[in-house]
Amino acid sequence: MQNIQKDFFGNQVLTDINFTLGAGEVLGLCGENGAGKSTLMKILFGMDVIRETGGYGGNVLLNGQKVAFATPFDALAAGIGMVHQEFSLIPGFTAKENILLNREPKKHNVISEVFGERLNTLNYKEMDARSAQAIEKMGVQIDADMTISDMPVGHKQFTEIARELSKDQLKLLILDEPTAVLTEKEAEALLQSIRGMSARGIAVIFITHRLHEILSVCSKVIVMRDGCVVRDVPAGKTSVQDITKWMVGRSVQTGAAHAETAVQEKNAKTILSIRNLWVDMPGETVRNVSLDICEGEILGIGGLAGQGKLGIPNGVMGLYEAGGTVEFEGKEIPLNSPRKCLDASLAFVSEDRRGVGLLLDESLEWNVAFPAMQIKEKFLKKYLGGIVKWRDEKAIHAVTTKYIDELMIKCTSSKQKAKELSGGNQQKVCLAKAFALEPKFLFVSEPTRGIDVGAKALVLDALKKFNRESGVTVVMISSELEELRQTCDRIAIVSGGKIAGILPASESSEEFGMLMVSQVK
Amino acid sequence: MSDKKSVSQKLLSFLGRNSVPIMFMLICAVCIPLSGFSAGYLVNEIVTRMGRNTFLILCLLFPIMAGMGLNFGMTLGAMAGEIALILVADQQIWGIPGIVLAMIVSIPISVLLGWMCGSLLNMARGREMITSYIINYFVGMGLYQLVVLYMMGPVIPIKHASIKLPRGYGIRNTLSLLNMRQYLDDFLAVRVGGIKVPVLTFLIIGLFCLFIVWFRRTKLGQDMRAVGQDMEVSRDAGIKVERTRIISIIMSTVFAGFGMIIYLQNMGNIATYTSHSQIGMFCIAALLVGGASVERASIGNAFLGVTLFHLMFIVAPKAGAAITGDSMIGEYFRVFASYGVITLALVMYELKKRSMKSHAGQELALAQKEEGADK
Repeated sequence: MQNIQKDFFGNQVLTDINFTLGAGEVLGLCGENGAGKSTLMKILFGMDVIRETGGYGGNVLLNGQKVAFATPFDALAAGIGMVHQEFSLIPGFTAKENILLNREPKKHNVISEVFGERLNTLNYKEMDARSAQAIEKMGVQIDADMTISDMPVGHKQFTEIARELSKDQLKLLILDEPTAVLTEKEAEALLQSIRGMSARGIAVIFITHRLHEILSVCSKVIVMRDGCVVRDVPAGKTSVQDITKWMVGRSVQTGAAHAETAVQEKNAKTILSIRNLWVDMPGETVRNVSLDICEGEILGIGGLAGQGKLGIPNGVMGLYEAGGTVEFEGKEIPLNSPRKCLDASLAFVSEDRRGVGLLLDESLEWNVAFPAMQIKEKFLKKYLGGIVKWRDEKAIHAVTTKYIDELMIKCTSSKQKAKELSGGNQQKVCLAKAFALEPKFLFVSEPTRGIDVGAKALVLDALKKFNRESGVTVVMISSELEELRQTCDRIAIVSGGKIAGILPASESSEEFGMLMVSQVK
Repeated sequence: MSDKKSVSQKLLSFLGRNSVPIMFMLICAVCIPLSGFSAGYLVNEIVTRMGRNTFLILCLLFPIMAGMGLNFGMTLGAMAGEIALILVADQQIWGIPGIVLAMIVSIPISVLLGWMCGSLLNMARGREMITSYIINYFVGMGLYQLVVLYMMGPVIPIKHASIKLPRGYGIRNTLSLLNMRQYLDDFLAVRVGGIKVPVLTFLIIGLFCLFIVWFRRTKLGQDMRAVGQDMEVSRDAGIKVERTRIISIIMSTVFAGFGMIIYLQNMGNIATYTSHSQIGMFCIAALLVGGASVERASIGNAFLGVTLFHLMFIVAPKAGAAITGDSMIGEYFRVFASYGVITLALVMYELKKRSMKSHAGQELALAQKEEGADK
């Protein structure tokens, strides 16, 4: 790949990426979330999203020839296979059927001569042989006749790999965090099979957050950060510490701009205590989390994507199935019922602002005032002893204008529809909505996702101000460590669905980096 | 001890899975003695109704295979079959040639209707069942009546006055198929102990079953099952999802047309404006009584369902009359049962989906508990 560049609507996410990969080489690719790993792989694999957002710059050369894939199918035909993080398997089919999905060997018959190829019957013997061959190539034993839904997670992952290996033209295999769901032993088997593949001349790009795996299997390591390749070294000449530092370490000038850390009273009382929480949120599973949050602090929850940091607020607020105990101001809060949480003066700004956060087709006034009306019965005029309740339009207008000014929401008027605003301004409306509730406790999930730098600073300042002036406890979840370090008092790092550790924000970023990639047993 | 427990657990889960057929078996077991019908009479009736209905029920299996749920739109096929029969009757072609011709004539009509229905259902993904129900309602109430009541005569030439309304256009309320009545059933029919077995009809049904078994093994059948389980994954694997879904609906519609012709030749007349209206409902109810669910149905479900549902149909009015002295009670009961069983099946499907979801959570909690115990 040469000089790969990509921007999403003017937002540069990849700059000047160069690397080469020989047949049978194993390349380890690592970097924090948002470093551009996935985007890079999407370009290589010809995913639709790249073309829809305006293509990319630079060249991809395969065997010395310039290639540009319009669809993943072209990439497959050229010999590039990809195993995604999410499984793409048919649950009710056996491993064999999944391995050969839509590439089943067929037998001709009379009816298919008349009605076309799709009425050819499947050749089950040939299917057996070919799936067995693919499984053997992989070098890990799985049962070809087992139904996917009965399989342990690891075997599902192996089925996917076998599917790619069953393609004869395969030259390059991309594995996107294949070991994230595997047990230690399975991961070892996978690494073994990667070595086997490379011995057969198949090149592998291996994306993982478990750094020791990279060192043990790869011939070359590329570390990415903020859309650039920061290091490209042979695996033999580096160590886990080095890679961590390259991954997390900002360039010196931004790293130094550290926010003042408020002096935390050591004996502040605990306002929310979470015990043995589990949350069944797809892709963000939380296991056995216990966490105490002190009154008046800003606690950050960080960690890599898919490790469960989003699961914590969603579970506590009752949006996903959860269990365990949560106590707020000494009283237990029932899980799985959002209303009870809201009644207890907790509020939540969701990461899914278009889906959960906003009423897109309604005006800003409505968006800001709606939850407050619903939960706290604010902005209502009561008649006939409370039987008839009318909206207090004036009060709603006043409070909306106040927040529009305070948060500098760019809009034509407070009656504008929420969907007409830009992402950053929508996020501010979400915050205004939560502020209008006047909660005692606020969860803010990914408040800066997808918004520009200016808006980011404003949102963070608003949160900090809200915390310091109104004494509201804030828990902020973000994938951007630097942002957490600027805003929060303490930061908890989540890894593998569990809390890996809690550190004060002044700790060095290497410390946080180590926690992020550590495996909690 | 643990062995015993697992046996009782297995039994419980078996009962849970087959609760609907077991319930209907119990109802039949209570009603049969009350109704006072002789065994010979009941067997005879069941055999007749099996020949009449099974083909129609089997055509529901294709959309279930493709994950589109219960196809209320099969009524469209029934309408196509009726229109074909009307046209054939107008040509005065009777007997088995008439039946075969009607089947051939119904194919293009069914394909067109099925394609329309399938395309619409592709736009309403995830809400196929209710959409197909509404399609059936509008096409049945509107389009079909427009064609049969107004266009047959002025637009589509109808020669014979015997099938036309006296006003000169449109089709009579009932159309006699006397010269076609049970021709299929009587051909090769055997009498076993006073019970007439329509061998040819059963042969056709048997062939259809073989076709379904064979079809599951074809590439198209495999694609349908894949699409039924996960559309996104199938699309990523290069299967043409929309096309496959439309084909499954077209197949269902075409076979429903054939089934309706078999059904009507057995009845011996067409109630032009009402025959098809209940057919979808009764077929779906029968399939569900047989233990099928929205996402899984087999040939066995169809046969068991047809037997149980129609046994109940026969005995319920008499049993109702014997208990309450009012034969209408039983009549109501069978209508109630057919709607009720559909509702029940849908509610159980939804409950199962939810319990699966919470099951995942329970497993997490359990794993955590075990972990805690280890420490």
